[in-house]
Amino acid sequence: MSELLEVNHVSYAYHSIDGETETLADISFHIKEGEFAAIVGPSGCGKSTLLSLICGLLKPEKGEILLDGKSIAGEKERIGYMLQKDYLFEWRSIYSNVMLGLEIQKKKSEKYTKRVDQMLKDYGLWDFRDVRPSQLSGGMRQRAALIRTLALQPELLLLDEPFSALDYQTRLSVCEDIYRIIKKEQKTAVLVTHDLSEAISMADRIFVLSKRPAEIKKEIKLDFNMKERTPMQVRNAPQFRDYFNLIWKELNEHD
Amino acid sequence: MTKPSESQKNYIRTVRRRRRTVQFMRLFLFLFFVVLWEVAAEFSWIDSFIFSSPLRIAKTAWQMLQDGSLTMHIGVTLSETLISFALVVICGILLAILLWMLPMVSEILEPALVVLNSLPKSALAPLLIVWLGANIKTIILAGMSVAVFGTILNLYTCFSQSSPEKEKLIYTLGGTKKDTLLKVVLPGTVPNILSIMKVNIGLCLVGVVIGEFIGARRGLGYLIIYGSQVFKLDWVLMSIVILCVIAMLLYALLGRLEAACLKRL
Repeated sequence: MSELLEVNHVSYAYHSIDGETETLADISFHIKEGEFAAIVGPSGCGKSTLLSLICGLLKPEKGEILLDGKSIAGEKERIGYMLQKDYLFEWRSIYSNVMLGLEIQKKKSEKYTKRVDQMLKDYGLWDFRDVRPSQLSGGMRQRAALIRTLALQPELLLLDEPFSALDYQTRLSVCEDIYRIIKKEQKTAVLVTHDLSEAISMADRIFVLSKRPAEIKKEIKLDFNMKERTPMQVRNAPQFRDYFNLIWKELNEHD
Repeated sequence: MTKPSESQKNYIRTVRRRRRTVQFMRLFLFLFFVVLWEVAAEFSWIDSFIFSSPLRIAKTAWQMLQDGSLTMHIGVTLSETLISFALVVICGILLAILLWMLPMVSEILEPALVVLNSLPKSALAPLLIVWLGANIKTIILAGMSVAVFGTILNLYTCFSQSSPEKEKLIYTLGGTKKDTLLKVVLPGTVPNILSIMKVNIGLCLVGVVIGEFIGARRGLGYLIIYGSQVFKLDWVLMSIVILCVIAMLLYALLGRLEAACLKRL
């Protein structure tokens, strides 16, 4: 498999009158096509900043970020970003919410809308397309948000703690749903989270970030010897606890 | 549906009774005041030449309706108010959007806007008369001057407090600042815009009447000033009563409009 995303020696700092906050220090990693990567780290270490850099909302101060060997500046359309909350607009129906991206990029052609319709049908939202977001459960809203992101048919999907706003029960099932959808749509994904078990249950590879200014402390490849893994099965796998302890130790090691 | 329990019924009863009492007391107070006024004038507890009386007001109104002058005065004030309100809405929204689009400009202009907003607008009216002459333009401008600065400031605050995360969403979907305006900021602040406008129509009426005080030959403000000068206090008090009614109706109208819009959202 070829490298889809390359992050090379990226560093970033936030500036204010009171001084600068060095957030990311020399981050490098590569992600292959079809891979599911997770980035974990202590809170406030700059995980979300890293995603904002990858999708081009922020520009790195040093280093470069490449998609398919090309600078991301011109490839923004190939990257989808899912935020912490669903941010569905109450003044729009579910259907017009998921169409938001296509509307903005003026891509409401049949090629795209057909795909959206299909996804709504596949993922149980077709019957709810005309209702307002407040009438949906947390899990359904999150699915709608994912479809809104997928509507633009991105190749790389960035997930910024997409389950953190949900309660634990919902979280487990939404995690299951979203994972299934991402795999079915054959997307490459980068998940950022502070929830270790969530990261382990979904990812093929985990990058552990240090405290600010963040560096990649460790890279861990996960292997559960399963043909068709799902987050729930992984949570019950014997290796799960070993990985958990390994990463836990890594995160709590004070240097 | 299950039948409501006894305690639920009791609760509903209490709420209804309370609502009835409030409505009854409102009406009672109003009638009590009107009757007291009339009786006081009738028995000469107050001098009806300067305090008028409900009956005298009604008579005056009837006479002036007969000769058409009252309709004309009300029509003038009302149309001036509506025109200046429409202009306030348009200018307010456009300028607030402009400020929102250009953060640096808004920072530069902020002190000026704050000063203009807190300035007593009646102080401007004489100036406007001198500059623009005693005509309808001046009066509409006077009406606008009371409401427009507050509108701009309030709308701008609304716009800039609209959710930054939702704006980020637009950017992640490949949108521009214009998209955040059209898809997030404006639709998200419709309720605020409507409630700001509800207050503003009353302010426009205030401004128009101030304008008419000093620079008009027609309108209720003119009638008040003229009436006080020639000691026709029936005119003055009648105009004040009519202004109360107009203010109430305009507020109610916008309230209806607001409710209808929010329902559609």
